[in-house]
Amino acid sequence: MNLIDQTFARLREEGKTALMPFVSVGDPDLDLSLDILKQLQQSGADMIELGVPYSDPLADGPVIQRASERALRSSVTLRDCILMAERARAEGVTIPLILFTYYNPVLQFGLEPFFELVKDKGISGLIIPDLPLEEDSEVRTMSENYGIHLIPLVAPTSRERVTAIAKRAKGFVYCVSSLGVTGVRAEFHNDIDHFLATVKEATDLPISIGFGISSREQVERFEALCDGVVVGSAIVRVIEESLPLLHDPATKAEGLQRIGQFVSQLKG
Amino acid sequence: MTQIPDSSGRFGKFGGRYVPETLMNALLELEEAYTHYSKDESFQAEVKELLYRYSGRPTSLYYARRLTEHLGGAKVYLKREDLNHTGAHKINNTIGQGVLAKRMGKTKIIAETGAGQHGVASATIAALLGLECKVFMGEEDMKRQQLNVFRMNLLGSEVVPVTSGTRTLKDACNETLRYWVSHVTDTYYILGSVTGPHPYPMMVRDFQRIIGDEARSQMLAAEGRLPDYVVAAVGGGSNAMGIFYPFVEDEGVRLLGVEAAGRGVDTNEHAATMTKGRHGVFQGSLSYVLQDNHGQVLPAHSISAGLDYPGIGPEHAYLKDSGRAEYVPITDAEALEALQLLSRTEGIIPALESAHAIAQTLKLAPTLDKDQIVVVNLSGRGDKDVEAIMGYLGGAEHESH
Repeated sequence: MNLIDQTFARLREEGKTALMPFVSVGDPDLDLSLDILKQLQQSGADMIELGVPYSDPLADGPVIQRASERALRSSVTLRDCILMAERARAEGVTIPLILFTYYNPVLQFGLEPFFELVKDKGISGLIIPDLPLEEDSEVRTMSENYGIHLIPLVAPTSRERVTAIAKRAKGFVYCVSSLGVTGVRAEFHNDIDHFLATVKEATDLPISIGFGISSREQVERFEALCDGVVVGSAIVRVIEESLPLLHDPATKAEGLQRIGQFVSQLKG
Repeated sequence: MTQIPDSSGRFGKFGGRYVPETLMNALLELEEAYTHYSKDESFQAEVKELLYRYSGRPTSLYYARRLTEHLGGAKVYLKREDLNHTGAHKINNTIGQGVLAKRMGKTKIIAETGAGQHGVASATIAALLGLECKVFMGEEDMKRQQLNVFRMNLLGSEVVPVTSGTRTLKDACNETLRYWVSHVTDTYYILGSVTGPHPYPMMVRDFQRIIGDEARSQMLAAEGRLPDYVVAAVGGGSNAMGIFYPFVEDEGVRLLGVEAAGRGVDTNEHAATMTKGRHGVFQGSLSYVLQDNHGQVLPAHSISAGLDYPGIGPEHAYLKDSGRAEYVPITDAEALEALQLLSRTEGIIPALESAHAIAQTLKLAPTLDKDQIVVVNLSGRGDKDVEAIMGYLGGAEHESH
């Protein structure tokens, strides 16, 4: 059984919602990323999205763009991001890892070798934000063959597409909270409750919400409606603010602690 | 011949719609509206009226006698897109899409721009049709093309500086798409080239094919035959696609796309997507892309802001891989030289983009017989570049980027 399914099943029994932090792998470098992943698990993360840095992150706002740029400056590749899963496992990270990557790096890697490596290194799910339903048949077939969940995004603008997307989904359905790119925001789509209800109706799978969620209050608001809450830019921003601490060996622990504290207060 | 692109927006394997889910319904709506209006007589009549009465079409197909004599080979004809209102072919597309936006009930338009030509053409049509317009432009390009920034402001548009990534056309496109994702319900995106997700490559080609349609019949009227070569500069590829498309079925006509080699295809500073790129997904479609081994898109370089782009429209990728069209690189220096030669022999200062097509013609025409014919798409006039050219030719060390 896929680790994502196991985790959601357990949380459902416990009546809990998954907290799913996103980080850009390699921001600011691979070793620190590893420390951050361990810290996230320790502070209560239930799953982690491993963001692959990309030169043209169309779905991302400025915070994740900057993280991507920092990681690319240390020449982090798709392979490094996948291998990060193995390193994390070796250091005691047991929660599900989900790879978040734009399509072109995967395409250049080659689909077959990509899935081989993803499977081998213990990644459970895959999110490709620029691969909508119409373009994903090859990737979907292959992810089914390899037992990796291809997790689709649905947006408030998806309307009648929700059913078709949800029907093919594996793992969970990722609901985009509002129109726009990733990033902290004060307001969500005004019909958000209705949108989430529509998605719930269309699938028996867990649903998670993401894009713009940054505070405990917001997490709390969605815990009642969703099985998982993704927090991306807000965490990446705390990492960014902690960079001076992280870079200095004398204050690294303090930096990690700051990130950890942010995550545990989100968890409530 | 099969319908190109097919219903999923594929030109062979190229094209498609690689965009965030948030945009999918907007693209499907756009496709539906375009399919509807492209068959609607009153829509077509409105577009035609604007092209003829407002932009001044048809543009002439001009026999460049002095240039031909200078080169001593094939007869060179220039398709004078520089004579359009706003000085380039870009307006053909913005008229079409502007009228479409209005028919779709949209009141706000957005556009990306590199050299500023598409931005100016979008700002122009926005003013004409009473639409609110924002143009996204890389901060670097705003410096290179200050006059066009001012023009857009005069026309009542807001120019939004793009500070992400390379601060040039590539990132202006990203930023426009990001803005569109946030404002997709009331905003129409006028994409300026035959790039991006379906239906843009098809739609922009259809709005630009008037260049080739006119050139083809003008050539038949002037010479009683079709040309041997059609030459055009390619960045994203809209002027080239516009002039190529009506000739695609004419097997005797060779199609030659000219891309920017910047400081040379063996340096790291070029925009030679076809010569040095590989298949990849970039900004919504599968095509050729300048990228590293890990699939990260590389920054492009060209003296011409309009060709300074690491991607190219998917239909061009299709024409290349099927062997129907060829693509060759021209350096910054060759383009500058060609610009001066055309200015002196014909009294026409071409845009730096179009100067690349002229430069290839300088190589090609002398190798051909005197009874052969080359048609060059002179996609825009050089007024916008004069200040920059003055810098390059001044002799001092000038940065062209």
